[in-house]
Amino acid sequence: MSQKGSTGLLRPTCVEVRLPSRMGYEKVAMSTAAAVAKLMGFRDDRVEDLKTAVSEACINAIEHGNRLNEALSVGVVLSAVDDALEVKVIDDGKGMRNLPPRPDIDMKIHGDQDPRGMGMFLIQALVDEAEWVAGTNGKSSYVRLVIRLDKEAA
Amino acid sequence: MPSETKSHADQLTSPAGLPVTALRFVGDISSTSKDAVLGAYQELPKDKVKLVVLDFSKVEYINSSGIALIIQMLIEAMGAGQKVRAFGLSAHFNKVFTMVGIPKYAALFATESEALAGL
Repeated sequence: MSQKGSTGLLRPTCVEVRLPSRMGYEKVAMSTAAAVAKLMGFRDDRVEDLKTAVSEACINAIEHGNRLNEALSVGVVLSAVDDALEVKVIDDGKGMRNLPPRPDIDMKIHGDQDPRGMGMFLIQALVDEAEWVAGTNGKSSYVRLVIRLDKEAA
Repeated sequence: MPSETKSHADQLTSPAGLPVTALRFVGDISSTSKDAVLGAYQELPKDKVKLVVLDFSKVEYINSSGIALIIQMLIEAMGAGQKVRAFGLSAHFNKVFTMVGIPKYAALFATESEALAGL
């Protein structure tokens, strides 16, 4: 899934998707990421992990980053190299200053924690790397996800 | 975007002869599914329904907002003294539900008959 450039270095194969800031369109990015991961040879269970992580990242970008403003779009850039797929989900928000607390089912059931707020936890749990980067000038913040091919099982 | 979730309730009987209500979901469960998930649950008479099984066997996609609706349902079920079980989740969503701790309040089973066993 990568090509050698004139310098001899591997260039990633890139796929880009631009989504409207409208709930439901995260599934377009999810399907695209799944298609790329399948082409790269990811196992079915890892493809499912990636789908949920990409979906949650896009939902956060649509809802919290772009605040459902349909004049703004969410960028999704998939970069495939031989042994890993990197996904950047870019919005026009200010980015995350603090990660929400780890979900606690007892606290949620007893009303001490919002039943929502599980997206970032799921992203971190399902991919190999996840980082949230605040954009300069309060724009173009992104989350960067990396999922690696399991060489032994591939 | 309109809800892509459909739901309906079925009346079942457990192997021990107790009445069990199955809430069956079809489609995706997301932020637009409130009526199909919480609404369908809230229509059940809490004084009569004490055993509930949630059927996810025809659900393809659940996101964190959808899981939050299930948790809201479990909060109400706990308050009403109901026992809730779930079945039919894909291996992936079984893993996701387990990650967020749902089995502590709604045990997960592969099939309907396994979910009904012991009730």
